[in-house]
Amino acid sequence: MASSIRVRATANGDITEVQALIQHPMDTGLVKDSKGELIPAHYIQQLKFECNGKDVFVADWGTAVSKDPYVKFSFKGAKKGDDLKISWTDNKGGSDTTTAKIA
Amino acid sequence: MTTTTGPLPTRRLILQGAAGVALLGLGNLPFGASLALAAANDKYPDEAFKQKNEADAIKALYGKTAEPSDKVKLDAPEIAENGGVVPISVTTSLDKVTSISFFVAENPFALAASYRIPDGTVAAVANRLKMAKTTNVTAIVEADGKLYSATKEVKVTVGGCGG
Repeated sequence: MASSIRVRATANGDITEVQALIQHPMDTGLVKDSKGELIPAHYIQQLKFECNGKDVFVADWGTAVSKDPYVKFSFKGAKKGDDLKISWTDNKGGSDTTTAKIA
Repeated sequence: MTTTTGPLPTRRLILQGAAGVALLGLGNLPFGASLALAAANDKYPDEAFKQKNEADAIKALYGKTAEPSDKVKLDAPEIAENGGVVPISVTTSLDKVTSISFFVAENPFALAASYRIPDGTVAAVANRLKMAKTTNVTAIVEADGKLYSATKEVKVTVGGCGG
């Protein structure tokens, strides 16, 4: 299965800019489907970025993060070719992990 | 900042918290300080995400209140046509930033997202949030143990929580 995580990490001098797009329904648990039944909450709770054995960015998310979430940040101390590991876990125990090379 | 041993970071945090309330023994660490530390450790802040009201959510997450600061720059649209996807970003010129959080005042649950900014990570985040209706969006930056905020009203023409 293709990864749910799409990530682009670009090193520019000392600063690496990371953009990540994740496929996830991010259901709030407050919305009804076409039959009038509540769609249970299903959302990513934690998203982690690790580089060279160190957490560089950790996101704690609630239901108010948009469907197919996007996030952008930058960090220092990595160089081209380093691995950036991205992993998420959701409220139903689902998870996914991917590793991207910093370009 | 990589610590491999489990109990150590917590202990260090408790010591930091205790230093803030000098002369109080470790045993009687005030409740407020332990709440504040909740935001700093690795756990998902479940309680904070359950708070409906913005003030309660900030309290549950950080255990203190924020003061408005022009050093926090919140970038959000004036009008969002689709409340389901509102691009919101924050940058700050503050030093020693440890976390950035986003609150949407009149959402069913005020806390939308909270980001931990370790040493070496630039204090700026862009993301996309859902907004139920026209309301204030607040970004809180935790820097050097203090909270700074910026607020902006975003008009929503179609809410993002009605499906």
